[in-house]
Amino acid sequence: MGRRLALIAGVLGVCACAYMLVGLTGPLGFVLPYRGGKLAALALVAVALSVATVLFQTITANRILTPSLMGFDALYVLVLTVMVQALGASGFAALSPPTLFAVNLAGLAGLGLVLFVVLMRLAKGDMVRLCLTGVVLGLLIRSATHLLQRLIDPGDYQVVQSLSVARFTQVDGTLLAIAAAAVGAGVALAWRLRHRLDVLDLGEAAATGLGEPPARLHRQALLLICLMVGSATALAGPMASGGFGPSSFFGLVVVAFARLVTPTHRHAVLIPSAVLIGAVVLIGGQLVLERLLSLSTPLIVVIELIGGATFLILLLKRRAA
Amino acid sequence: MIRIEGLHHQIAGAEVLRGIDLTLPEGGVTALIGPNGAGKSTLLSLIARLIRVQRGRIEIGGHVVGQTRDRDLARVVAVLAQGAHVSARLRVAELVGFGRYPWHLGRPGAADHAAVDAALERFDLTGLRHRFLDELSGGQRQRAFVAMAFAQDTPYLLLDEPLNNLDIAAARDLMTLVRGLADEAGRTVVIVLHDINYATAFADRLVVLKQGQVVAQGAPGEVVSAPLLADVFGTAARVEQIDGRPVVLV
Amino acid sequence: MRLAGLGLLALLIVASLLIGAADMSAQGLLTTAEGRALLFESRLPRTLAAVLAGAGLAVSGQVMQVLARNRFVEPMTAGAGQSAALGLLICLLLLPGASIGAKMAAASVAALAGSLGLMALIRPLPPSQPLLVPLVALVYGGVIGGVVTFIAWQGDLMQLLGTWLTGELSGVLRGRYELLWIAAGASALTYLIADRLTLLTLGEDAARALGLNVGLVTAAAVAAVSVVTAMVVVTIGSLPFVGLVVPNLTARLAGDNLRRALPLTALAGAGLVLAADLLGRVVRAPYEVPAATMITVIGAAAFVVLLNRGTARV
Repeated sequence: MGRRLALIAGVLGVCACAYMLVGLTGPLGFVLPYRGGKLAALALVAVALSVATVLFQTITANRILTPSLMGFDALYVLVLTVMVQALGASGFAALSPPTLFAVNLAGLAGLGLVLFVVLMRLAKGDMVRLCLTGVVLGLLIRSATHLLQRLIDPGDYQVVQSLSVARFTQVDGTLLAIAAAAVGAGVALAWRLRHRLDVLDLGEAAATGLGEPPARLHRQALLLICLMVGSATALAGPMASGGFGPSSFFGLVVVAFARLVTPTHRHAVLIPSAVLIGAVVLIGGQLVLERLLSLSTPLIVVIELIGGATFLILLLKRRAA
Repeated sequence: MIRIEGLHHQIAGAEVLRGIDLTLPEGGVTALIGPNGAGKSTLLSLIARLIRVQRGRIEIGGHVVGQTRDRDLARVVAVLAQGAHVSARLRVAELVGFGRYPWHLGRPGAADHAAVDAALERFDLTGLRHRFLDELSGGQRQRAFVAMAFAQDTPYLLLDEPLNNLDIAAARDLMTLVRGLADEAGRTVVIVLHDINYATAFADRLVVLKQGQVVAQGAPGEVVSAPLLADVFGTAARVEQIDGRPVVLV
Repeated sequence: MRLAGLGLLALLIVASLLIGAADMSAQGLLTTAEGRALLFESRLPRTLAAVLAGAGLAVSGQVMQVLARNRFVEPMTAGAGQSAALGLLICLLLLPGASIGAKMAAASVAALAGSLGLMALIRPLPPSQPLLVPLVALVYGGVIGGVVTFIAWQGDLMQLLGTWLTGELSGVLRGRYELLWIAAGASALTYLIADRLTLLTLGEDAARALGLNVGLVTAAAVAAVSVVTAMVVVTIGSLPFVGLVVPNLTARLAGDNLRRALPLTALAGAGLVLAADLLGRVVRAPYEVPAATMITVIGAAAFVVLLNRGTARV
């Protein structure tokens, strides 16, 4: 396992260097920091989503769910819309980036927590129902947000539109630092949970018998998931609206691949493996798409396609087994 | 000692346990028997704190269930839940190793490895230690789960219908091993059994439940009789004494 | 019940003819030339479009639920709608000047392929897991939608795609909605074979034992569903959940005998889409909220309730 992890880390290193150096033109003093910032943001998003997905799959005891599939990314535009609604376009524009980030993160994490708790209550342990309810709730949130946008002032509506579809261009250094701190804290806490997560994998009764009642661990993990996915989304915007933040299927592809490359029940291996593979997929994918193929299509669209297909395969294979 | 006082329990409005008062002494094997729906598994799950106590009090080895820290209780009582199934793909030794978790909290030491080896040896799993659980027979898998509970090294062991889906050879093997846990390792075993003949053959004490109440308890010879079967199970079966122990003729 | 439904629909139709961005009294609509033009060029076509699309989608939802033997699927979100959009998109890219007939054919054929793909996918799923079918269907639809998005990005058609795929009736004028009559025809066809479809709910073997040509009936039904879906997508865009919510409601009132249920379903579907369109017109007048947005909010909320209503009956 250790050698495999080292190998993936090597691949990641190559991807990162290539991302920094391929097709380098123009003043280096500008291009390198610009690319570095984007690289760091990509890595942060990958780390946050991969770890969050591992946690989510363990606490829901299945291998095909991701937090974003449960409607998390739909919350982003909702939070933005509500903020513009409450503050007006000018008030909104006057917010400093760190304030905006903080409010965004708080809104996302808070609403996300409510969403997950409601979902887990509704589904009562039935995985397929959880999944389906999540997907439909995502649709509901998205259309409700759309409705809300139509109801606000048309001028303000323009602001939300441009914000929520803004493609990511320049990374704000301060934001990057705040997001890194939040994600870093989340990952560190998740790492501390690793042995307890192993125990939870044995099933609820066995975990209780071993002194790890699932309810508390569920709560802690959900908090971390909301913190990490919220930070990633607030930094980059959800992939679904053109940012490179959470997409429904990114985490799914990454964790499924991590389980394939490093088959293990130990979260002490699975977490780093998912982190590394997530970074390879996002940075390597961006490299291939942007630098090598020069496609105009955002990476997200491709990931969603592959991810959706992976999801179907996993779902149908699970049935066959 | 396990002491249960005034235990009531409802599931979805239906009263499953109706005033259980029961004291189980230390040592030996106690079997909980009774017809389907009598509340055997609910009682065991309550003792094992897999379900929260609604009304009443359960004390196990001096610890009150619900008031003792989960980690402390995990060093007092181990449980094998009904139909235990692990979705993670684990090897036998890894599963048994999880039994040591309450003692090492994720960082196993030399003592833990030794305890795992001893558990594997006792349950005749040493040759299978690197096999995945899904590569085992039903009997071997069930042995692995009991070995995990044994490795937890607790004075009390609770087993919920461990013989489900086992053939006669595997069932007798497992019960012999369980018997050994009480006789040789000095554990207190409480086991839910479906088949009365296994209970009379391997248990020191029977506790008979009917509709959420204890209707009889004591040594198999004192408890199992044709009138009891007629009363509790509603079936007219003959009971014969063979080798000094009651056997139900089916 | 049907009479009450018809009365309600008539009321909605009258309201739809009277309400709009242009301020015009009922008398003005009929007497002035300007009013008549507004009525016949815009409001009447729009109203008819809502009625035809709603009725067609609701009926095809019910038919698809019979075919899939599952109450939680409907064509628009389960691949047929996305496939129709894919067919239309490919047609636009390859033959920029294609006639409306060509677009229609492309969308229908693609929708048919999409529906058949779904049927093949859900056929092996175990009946013991009823919620698996809608989950697979939604993700399958999502994957085809992903292909549409990918092609649209590459062809620089994202803007266009956005406006198309949101089902909206504000652009409906005379001469631009008549395709929906084909959808109405296809829906009527399903009514003709309603009894045979009802037999299918007994299971294929039982239906075959009763002398039903299962293959033929299934093929006709899939074709009808695909044509309805394609016509709606080509004319007004995607209108999700109509085919899901309406049949679930009418089945409670009229049962699963399609000959009894289908007329009620058509009526309720027409009413739902028309009401959603009307609401979209008045809620933020003079701006409009797309009918699809209103319906998705209502439909998704209803879906969540249906899914989690105690023990979900399927």
